[in-house]
Amino acid sequence: MIDFLAAAIRIATPLIFAALGGILSERAGVFAVGLEGMMLMGAFSAVIGAWASSSAAVGLLLAVLGGGAIGLIVAIVTVRYRADNMVTGLTANILALGLTTYLLHILAGTAAIQVDPLGPWPIPGLSRIPVAGPLLFSHPPLTYLAVLGCAGLSVLLFRTQTGLLLRATGENPEAVFVAGADPQRLRMIAVISCGAIAGLGGAVLSLQQVGTFTDGMTGGRGYLALASLIVGRWHPWGAAAACLVFGAAEALEFRLQGFGIPVSSYVVQMMPYLIAIAVLAGLGRSTKLPAFIGKPL
Amino acid sequence: MAALLEMRGIVRCYGKLRANDGIDLDVHAGEIVGLLGENGSGKSTLMKVLFGMVPPDGGGIVFRGKELAGHRPGDAMAAGIAMIHQHFMLVEAMTVVENVMLGWKESGWWLGRHAMAARIRETSERFGLALDPFARVADLPLGRRQRIEILKAVLREAELLILDEPTSNLAPSEVTELLAILRRLRQDGKGIVFITHKLPEVMAVCDTVTVLRAGKVSGRAPVAGASRAGLAGMMVGRDVTAPQILGEIAPGPIRLDIQGLSGPGLGPIDLTLRGGEILGIAGVDGNGQLELAETLAGLRRATAGRISLDGQEITRATVNARMQAGLAYMPADRSSTALVRSMTIADNLMLRDSRRAPYRRHGLLAGRAGLTKAKALMQRFDIRAPSPATPASRLSGGNQQKIVIARELDRNPAVLIAHQPTWGLDPGATHFVLERMIALRDAGACVIYISSELEEVLSISDRVAVIAGGTIAGIMARAAIDMPQLGLWMSGRAA
Repeated sequence: MIDFLAAAIRIATPLIFAALGGILSERAGVFAVGLEGMMLMGAFSAVIGAWASSSAAVGLLLAVLGGGAIGLIVAIVTVRYRADNMVTGLTANILALGLTTYLLHILAGTAAIQVDPLGPWPIPGLSRIPVAGPLLFSHPPLTYLAVLGCAGLSVLLFRTQTGLLLRATGENPEAVFVAGADPQRLRMIAVISCGAIAGLGGAVLSLQQVGTFTDGMTGGRGYLALASLIVGRWHPWGAAAACLVFGAAEALEFRLQGFGIPVSSYVVQMMPYLIAIAVLAGLGRSTKLPAFIGKPL
Repeated sequence: MAALLEMRGIVRCYGKLRANDGIDLDVHAGEIVGLLGENGSGKSTLMKVLFGMVPPDGGGIVFRGKELAGHRPGDAMAAGIAMIHQHFMLVEAMTVVENVMLGWKESGWWLGRHAMAARIRETSERFGLALDPFARVADLPLGRRQRIEILKAVLREAELLILDEPTSNLAPSEVTELLAILRRLRQDGKGIVFITHKLPEVMAVCDTVTVLRAGKVSGRAPVAGASRAGLAGMMVGRDVTAPQILGEIAPGPIRLDIQGLSGPGLGPIDLTLRGGEILGIAGVDGNGQLELAETLAGLRRATAGRISLDGQEITRATVNARMQAGLAYMPADRSSTALVRSMTIADNLMLRDSRRAPYRRHGLLAGRAGLTKAKALMQRFDIRAPSPATPASRLSGGNQQKIVIARELDRNPAVLIAHQPTWGLDPGATHFVLERMIALRDAGACVIYISSELEEVLSISDRVAVIAGGTIAGIMARAAIDMPQLGLWMSGRAA
């Protein structure tokens, strides 16, 4: 059981990062369709950075910059040039897929890039508590960072002037302008930050979990993160909870496969996505989108 | 005492148009100045200059003894001027506290919402605003939302408040409350500029009035001792008492016959209209006016009864068939039912007649013929716009309504249903609309004129009916108007 829950947390961690970034972007009024591409770029940059420098810290820095770069592109195209959010986001995802595949071949050729995955950092004392210790306090570093990120983003959004202005930008940018702030700038910053944070999510996948990068390794997790932030009603803790549910669904799928149930493994793998669709359809219109989301300034 | 605000010789041009042509305006502390004028007279431009939204081409502004020049809205706010826009600048999904704190330096980067809520409660009590700091804006009626804007201004220590048509979206009871709040602000020593074209409100609350016409000050007077007719005359430069029906004309044949008409929230209604007659329908809003108008126009299905027009039964006819039969309809909701705001004047004019000549030729829309026709109609109905290709959304309410009138009357209808046709219009445009209704009546058509403005209904109707609770409470002829009886009918079964 502990194994199962720990697996759920492990699978949810990259989703939580991406969802946090997505919340920033959507609260500021830009649909976070590009999360998949931002994650993928982050995953790629992290492994390349760590491989080239033999330092995980450099890998993480590059993940932030790589994800942020996709964010910058989305920000310029949607905010500055007022392009459609959906189309831009999808294009960014395709761009990231092509770019990472291409760069991987140039940089590594046929050699497999392998770096040491980030190991667990058991928290002294706490990690020795029975049950809770191995479950909650024996994770690799980025998992703790995800939790800190939820707390930090909650405080930023709901307790500071910056967060207030950011949320208002997604609801009524004219009010922000009249209040003396610059909604366009706020949106740019939010989308770029979204890319940087989602890039860290990608780094969790590649650098923390497997130590290598494979083409298209995010495999739709960006979209799953998008679904969780909607299910979580654009609230960091809510989105994290949704990510954990999706993580649990995927963890369950590995278990079921282990039991040798006579169902195609592809059907079982669809589980988290089917759950996402079912939940979104169930929420339907009751979800409250930021009023000005997707509209150019 | 020196004035709080002195504006001297303000000039502002848009291309060839002199929107402000040498305007002076003074506001003292503890004074409410009414700024009156028709749409397009230069009121909004003057306030935009004051607030730093557009730079003036000439003239100067002194506020609290300091020259205000080359300023931007941020500077105006910092100096103590607050503008309360017609469309509120509020975030509906947020609470009152959050809206107050939004972008305000004094609330700090770490938001102390409970400390701010206490300040809001205190100020709200002092001026009678009755605002709950933790209410969500989306749950508040428009009157309350306006008070949030006033609250923001007061908290930011504004000394001069500019209210741009503050009563246009308010219910009558909310208007009364707003006027009371303004009086408290005046007591507190604030200067207030009250922009409007509604004379009764000016008379009720203002100390002095400045009237603008065509970019110039056409009159200035203390309210004490001014008369409504005098102020209205200053606004439009001519007599604007409502046009009167000149004499009875011999009633023609029956044109519209409604028997037992019923629907959800409506009826049964019996009405008979003859040619050359305006039937006014008075009543408190929401008593079946919309249901009646839309059922007659074919937008709602009648559940029982019959409607015949010139002897032809149209109870179940489509909207288009009703138009062919000679029915015209001016909906109350100008901006979304009567017009497509994003389309041009020419397109709006041909909207209902696109399948007829001259708009249609060989099964296609005839663009050039449409434009020619549109130009002619613009001239005939005095629609003031640069060209037929101007989007309807860029026109003032009066000019938008003229498009609707031109479209509906050009067909020479037998019956016109006009629902609140003068709503939101200034006196000049109102006069124009009423004149057209009378001209149509004199030409032998009949008009159903639905309005909640009793005075207006009385002035142009041959007969007045009162609608209450979805049915006609009673009808009386113009010659035999009995006001107490009308009042009884209106209140008797009011919803």
